[in-house]
Amino acid sequence: MEMLLSGNEALARGVYEYGGEFASAYPGTPSTEILQTIAQFFKDEIYAEWAINEKVALEVAVGASYGGARAIAAMKHVGVNVAADPLMSLTYTGVGAGLILVSADDPSLHSSQNEQDNRCYGKFASIPVLEPSDSQEAKDFVGAAFEISERFDTPVMLRVTTRISHSKGIVTIGERSTAERGGFERNIEKYVMVPAHAIKRHKLVIERLENLKEFAEQTPLNRIEWNDREVGIVTGSIAYQHAREALPGASILKLGLGYPLPMKKIADFASKVGRLFVVEELEPFYEEQIAAAGITVEGKKFFSNFLELDVDRVRDGFIEAGVLEPAAKAPTSAAEPEQVLPRPPVLCPGCPHRGMLVSLRNAKVLTTGDIGCYTLGALPPLSQIDTCLCMGASIGHTFGIEKAGKTGKPVVALIGDSTFLHSGITALASAVYNRTRSTYIIVDNRITAMTGGQDHPGTARTLMGEKTHAIDLVRLVKALGVEHVRVVDPYDLEETSAALREEIERDAPSVIITNRPCMLFPKKIAQAPYAVDAAVCTACGACFRVGCPSISASSETNEKGRPKAQIDASTCTGCTICAQVCPADAIGPAAAE
Amino acid sequence: MRNGVTNVLIVGVGGQGVILASEMLSAVALRSGLDVKKSEVHGMSQRGGVVTSHVRFGGKVHSPLIPSGEADVILGFELAESLRWVHQLAEGGKIIANSQRLVPPITATGKFSYPGDVIERIRARAPQAKIIDAIGIATELGNPRLVNTILLGVLSKSLDLDEKIWLEVVEKMAPKGTGEINRKAFLEGRSR
Repeated sequence: MEMLLSGNEALARGVYEYGGEFASAYPGTPSTEILQTIAQFFKDEIYAEWAINEKVALEVAVGASYGGARAIAAMKHVGVNVAADPLMSLTYTGVGAGLILVSADDPSLHSSQNEQDNRCYGKFASIPVLEPSDSQEAKDFVGAAFEISERFDTPVMLRVTTRISHSKGIVTIGERSTAERGGFERNIEKYVMVPAHAIKRHKLVIERLENLKEFAEQTPLNRIEWNDREVGIVTGSIAYQHAREALPGASILKLGLGYPLPMKKIADFASKVGRLFVVEELEPFYEEQIAAAGITVEGKKFFSNFLELDVDRVRDGFIEAGVLEPAAKAPTSAAEPEQVLPRPPVLCPGCPHRGMLVSLRNAKVLTTGDIGCYTLGALPPLSQIDTCLCMGASIGHTFGIEKAGKTGKPVVALIGDSTFLHSGITALASAVYNRTRSTYIIVDNRITAMTGGQDHPGTARTLMGEKTHAIDLVRLVKALGVEHVRVVDPYDLEETSAALREEIERDAPSVIITNRPCMLFPKKIAQAPYAVDAAVCTACGACFRVGCPSISASSETNEKGRPKAQIDASTCTGCTICAQVCPADAIGPAAAE
Repeated sequence: MRNGVTNVLIVGVGGQGVILASEMLSAVALRSGLDVKKSEVHGMSQRGGVVTSHVRFGGKVHSPLIPSGEADVILGFELAESLRWVHQLAEGGKIIANSQRLVPPITATGKFSYPGDVIERIRARAPQAKIIDAIGIATELGNPRLVNTILLGVLSKSLDLDEKIWLEVVEKMAPKGTGEINRKAFLEGRSR
């Protein structure tokens, strides 16, 4: 049977078909749907969970593997940084049952803070990296990865990109197969990484890599598609598809196993083609290794390490290299786009973060921000987020700026509930321990919203739909040593502003927690819409500056020709923030008009 | 159409139904026994940003992305978005644009305005552009939520895919209990 599946759905299907029993992840674009698919379709066969962060996700998957279950941990590329600590020693212990680390990279930063190339972790950790080039391979490579993991006693990275994860293609569906495996087998020298044991294991890792190199030469995961031999291309992942289309006549060495490289096979291929090119996204990962092996190769000179590749960019590279004629591109391909107004992402109508961001702006404070929907508060017209680096960093940033003592302006940290649980707790504990005097704000909307509404340890629900304990943020923060903790309603600007004023002035650490849920997840919330009374509106623009998508410029203007405001009743949720900032009292419930 | 692959670019704003429309088109291609790939780009926020979906089908599809200037058909759910992507049309390509205008909140900053001559500018690029008042048609049919299916009906006329398979997919993928009205909406669009 054939189905049209995204790379993430196919990967989940692969975990099912190849006997996976355990999956853990922290949500992160573009990886999120892998676990959602498993929980939706395969929860009778596979245990699936949201871990509190990626480090824990990998650690529990390692435990499941040690305990005899084929396991995966899935995360976005930057999540692997969080999980790097277990990863770098996990490579020494090896696995029990097959273990896959899925890294979903994001070339072009569609929804990320950087575009790091996680194939580099494969080399760093001496573990194999599999790189599917479409949905079918995303499924098939799960099976290959489990087998390699068990055969070579190694974790395996399955590296996808946004374009693999979120593109759909045809996948042939198979049955689930499982094998009987025992539980945890004591082996102190293998599993206890103290220096005396780790030294021995490191030697085994070096030997294992040599064995994997031999395997790379033989495996059908790496295949040659012979065509015209003037040009040979070494490529993998999505770049293979672009190269195949851009230069259909070329011979291609298609790498499914992106690390370690089959260097003998590459040398042999190179000797049989006129010019050897590497077409790969982001880092010159294959290219540098091939060049270091003494093989003449061209790559990044023509195919940039910046942003995603596509057919155009690969064609352009081959045109520049003198391989393709400019006529290879469609005659219309150089058409200039029309200048059209931008449509940047915005906080939803009624988003509870808006009230806090507006209050922070009124308080004229610096705001160190974090990863979540509220980061959109950095964009105009709110422009109220001053830093955003990685999960949990807002807290350290505020404390560091406080201690540096040179800014002369209050600084507060703004972090969401899911992000606080992911990486903020330890940072706040550290700041309190080191005698901070700052104010830390948790915008608690009771969901991981940015990635589409996933549960976390504060929501009282698991990924499998069970009820569970919910962390009480007030008690947690008090236990860290913060005495001044208050909960505010972010839809009440006066209350929120008063709380900010008092806590910022206080010469002691404090935490403010907002208490309104996300408008979209787990369920849509909307109250009766509001409306602008055009007769009263002075066109001052105060409501425009709260950045609500329901508010737009109307065709009516004031005497100076400035547009008055109007509210789209079909999207307004009646949150009242615009009515609270309106100095003319021109905004009220639509029904009361 | 190049190398036996048909490229359809569906564009609009988050929340308009661009993704569902591309899912349905892909399902029709799959049921027609063709190779098909679909890829979309949508920004960070849950709604309000630019959404584009690339659907490619035919003998063998490699890249999931339509190369520049090779869109055989563009289906635009929103006028400014149709204008944003019209330069991607292949020679002889067709554009179908829903006449809805969604004015983004950034216009409230006063730095940007919604183009008043948007239809003229689309037509300057693509004289044969088909502008469809899908909301008007949906309202006539009694349900504004039918916009998606009406636009698919219009799109179907530009593609060489079997009407019977289209109707099967539309009925199967429509929300429960709305199969019949969606079938009607599809055929209404197809008649335009």
